Amino acid sequence: MEVFNIALRGIFIDNMIFAYYLGMCSFLAVSKKVETAFGLGLAVVFVLTLTVPVNWLLQEYVLKEGALTWIDGSFESIDLTFLQFIMFIAVIASMVQLVEMIIEKLSPALYGSLGIFLPLIAVNCAILGSSLFMVQKDYNIIEATSYGFGSGFGFFLAIIALAAIREKLKYSMVPSGLKGLGITMLITGLMGLAFKAFIGIAI
Amino acid sequence: MSAEATVVEKELKVEKKSAEPFLSKRRKNIVTDPLSDDNPITIQVLGICSALAVTVKLEPTLVMSIAVVFVIVFANLIISLMRNLIPGRIRIIVQLAVVATLVTLVSEFLKAYSYDMYKVLGAYVGLIITNCIVMGRLEAFAMANKPYDSILDGLGSGFGYAWIILTVAFFRELLGSGSIFDFKIFEAIGWATFPTNGLMVDSIGAFVVLGILIWIQRSKSGYVEH
Repeated sequence: MEVFNIALRGIFIDNMIFAYYLGMCSFLAVSKKVETAFGLGLAVVFVLTLTVPVNWLLQEYVLKEGALTWIDGSFESIDLTFLQFIMFIAVIASMVQLVEMIIEKLSPALYGSLGIFLPLIAVNCAILGSSLFMVQKDYNIIEATSYGFGSGFGFFLAIIALAAIREKLKYSMVPSGLKGLGITMLITGLMGLAFKAFIGIAI
Repeated sequence: MSAEATVVEKELKVEKKSAEPFLSKRRKNIVTDPLSDDNPITIQVLGICSALAVTVKLEPTLVMSIAVVFVIVFANLIISLMRNLIPGRIRIIVQLAVVATLVTLVSEFLKAYSYDMYKVLGAYVGLIITNCIVMGRLEAFAMANKPYDSILDGLGSGFGYAWIILTVAFFRELLGSGSIFDFKIFEAIGWATFPTNGLMVDSIGAFVVLGILIWIQRSKSGYVEH
């Protein structure tokens, strides 16, 4: 049950966009049409569900203080945490590359719709952010996977909702200085307010 | 003999022409453009994540600004020095590695000298790696320009980012906590019952304050998005 709760919290309460402001750049840049937003959202869910557990393994068996004892007992005092950023970003960049190649081979149709968004994802803050938060939260591997999926799905929901609103927004009279980014920020604020209603939700 | 001398003279002339003054008009523009007309946050829509996340209070915002300026300037310098050595296909990974190294330096420095601040900023220091401003400047400027110009560009973009997030933090701390740099300003002027706004401390306040700031800034610079 706890596993479901973690995913649910990731989707609604600790939403990557509304609670942590992560992945805002692509959230704002790729939310002009629902179709493209859908593609990016899907790619984010995919990559997050894969990278968070991989980074968990890395943290647990390589980076953490005393993590290397599985090689030899004398490595107990080694602490490689300072390599965390470089290792995580390397894993993310190579995972993205790998996922891109696999999708291209297995499902050209999906590749066609995700194609251009996959490389973008390597520098999406939400991906690195989830891995860093996962470390802080002390999850086990199943919880970490569930957390990765939950954060990804939260991002997916948020970007599709915003894209749908922005498509309608084209037909409204917005003051010229507020057009584009300005009004989008205000709407994101209001959406965040709506998401506040989910606080305390649990199965 | 005389022909040789003229060649040398010519070369000297060419040399003189290409030597630009230390702070020419073009270079001044590199620094000042990102401050208003080409601001990384309000015009180019880059680096929004950290702009919102750390701006609850002014102090962590200031630390964050300094960290970002440091990372942009040095990443720009290093990539600019290496720009002719980096193969085009793997340039993103090289850029990420350079940025990640610099961010690790900042993070370790904070951990050693200001542990409280390290705790407050938490994961957001690490997220400078994926701050789009840094990657954007590397990709758009440092890969194609000389080291000195790149440093200036880094300074310009860094300060353009810094003044926006400091302004956001100023309003959020003032209205959300009733203080400035943790100094209770409203109590000091005798208005202890000042109603602080909880939404300002929350994420929603950040979106609204930044949205309004963008509105004001774009109205002033006359930039309209289509």
